[in-house]
Amino acid sequence: MLRADITLRLGDLDLDAAVEVADGEVVALLGPNGAGKTTVLRCIAGLQAVDAGRIEIDGRVLDDPAAGTFVPTAERPIGVVFQDHLLFPRLTALDNVAFGLRARGVPKAQARADAAGWLARVGLAEVAGAKPRALSGGQSQRVALTRALATEPRVLLLDEPLAALDARSRVHVRAELRRHLATFAGARLLVTHDPVDALVLADRLVVIETGRVTQRGTTAEVARRPRSRYVAELVGLNLLHGTAAGEHTVRLASGAELTVADPLPGHEVAVAVRPQAVTLHRRPPEGSARNAWPAVVVDLEADHDRVRVQLTERAQGGTDGASLSAIVAEVTPASVAELGLAPGTEVWATVKAVDLAVYER
Amino acid sequence: MTAGHGARRPRASGRPPWALVPPAALTLGFLVLPFVALLQRAPWSSLRELLSAPLVTEALRLSLVSALAATGLSLVGGVPLAWMLARTDFPGRSLVRGLVLLPMVLPPVVGGAALLFAFGRRGLVGGPVYDGTGFLLPFSLWGVIAANTFVALPFLVVTVEAGLRSADRRYEDAAATLGAGRWMIFRQVTLPMVLPSIVAGAVLCWARALGEFGATVTFAGNLQGRTQTMPLAVFLALESDRGAAIALSLVLVAVSLAVLVPLRDRWLAA
Repeated sequence: MLRADITLRLGDLDLDAAVEVADGEVVALLGPNGAGKTTVLRCIAGLQAVDAGRIEIDGRVLDDPAAGTFVPTAERPIGVVFQDHLLFPRLTALDNVAFGLRARGVPKAQARADAAGWLARVGLAEVAGAKPRALSGGQSQRVALTRALATEPRVLLLDEPLAALDARSRVHVRAELRRHLATFAGARLLVTHDPVDALVLADRLVVIETGRVTQRGTTAEVARRPRSRYVAELVGLNLLHGTAAGEHTVRLASGAELTVADPLPGHEVAVAVRPQAVTLHRRPPEGSARNAWPAVVVDLEADHDRVRVQLTERAQGGTDGASLSAIVAEVTPASVAELGLAPGTEVWATVKAVDLAVYER
Repeated sequence: MTAGHGARRPRASGRPPWALVPPAALTLGFLVLPFVALLQRAPWSSLRELLSAPLVTEALRLSLVSALAATGLSLVGGVPLAWMLARTDFPGRSLVRGLVLLPMVLPPVVGGAALLFAFGRRGLVGGPVYDGTGFLLPFSLWGVIAANTFVALPFLVVTVEAGLRSADRRYEDAAATLGAGRWMIFRQVTLPMVLPSIVAGAVLCWARALGEFGATVTFAGNLQGRTQTMPLAVFLALESDRGAAIALSLVLVAVSLAVLVPLRDRWLAA
């Protein structure tokens, strides 16, 4: 069981985030570059001291400035798989895995025998004598994982474990990593900026943006109900923020009103829309059964047989200066031609009420 | 670094702009011409006889022993100092770094004189040591080694410090997460990582020590067979026996080339 409550200022980063990982659980710390994900991991590993807060594993306090406690990295019950893997270049795969055992005072012959056993278990017996530079990306990743696990830590930390791989081997190695992660019974915390890694490898997500946790939940919850533009974009959803203006009516910052099928859960709400559910028109659509709001085309981007149209809301009336929602509509190339869409074109966006998922912000 | 099959192909970037060729050729000529002149004036017929004279063999032995010993001492003391300068933060660190570099820019004669004031018979440290034990550093082989170390050590410290600063410290982090203590990290991770810098620094240090003149002659004197190294012997011979001086010089050139050329590609080019 890992509990980390971290407050830290480091350069431009102002970090204030809490993460808990139970035994047997894989939690992904997901966020854009510079959000502070890796710093959280470094704090847990003891490579960086926190300014305030508390880090504990299985009830043992590792860092607590208020109590004057700081356990050095070498004495923490952790295993880390680093970005780029960081295998010691002059040591063989076997000696890399044996390193942690040697550091714990295991005699050389014993450490090497144990390391050979670990490598055999992950199917790497044949590369035991190879230097890291002779290993493939996937092999190097497995050696790094095995090296981290050989010291039998209580918590396993992984920092962008797949980032060093090219796109082709990534898919394969990701599946392999999932299998090998399953063999470890302790708490596992994975830092990544790749939503696919997070969705495939983790049970739970903690989303961190500019040093703050913006959302946490199971992968399915987060994917269905994003709370920030960052997450919405990652999972390919549009996110509109608004306030309640009736039992089924949401007012956006632009003044436009949307009708949703479900009753509103609160006053401040978020509305998620799939890009495919957004249709575009050049004139205000007739009939009031559908949601419609004015927008401007910002950019067009071809994606296979579809075109993604970037839009911003056009303000109605006097809402100048309010932050207006950007959304994406996905349409066919034929409609782009038919509607004559180009950056700057004024359009009307419409969505059926049943296609709007509304939830409390 | 790209794959091997591309290495032999001529590349556009390997062809020099024409403006660089004349100054490059001129500089090379300036560097090489003195050695050509040395070869041209060499007393080839009596060379064998000159080189086997005790003056030459003793100076050569003293030079090699003292330069090697100075390199060894510099390694033992300089690597820890470089580590302190690169990795720790203490008040007055830039002043300390300046002091370490001082022997590099100071005229060696001044260094030799300073060494005398510190370790001479009536020196700051040398006086009490002499009174207590009768040991005297100046005018002995130990004095030669001390003078060489004093002048050559900065070359090692500067090179190793630069290596430590550019080394990827994340490997040290990785070692710490595996449970390694500071000493194990230094021995098994940091040292192998900066080995190329250590070798390069040691070679530069050795080369500087081999050519040392000013500090040595001031601090250790010019006693044939005891403190007279090759540069000192050459200087003395120039006055009396030009043939011997040239012969000695040729030996120095040969020894230096024999060490620098094989090491240059492997360690110094990085």
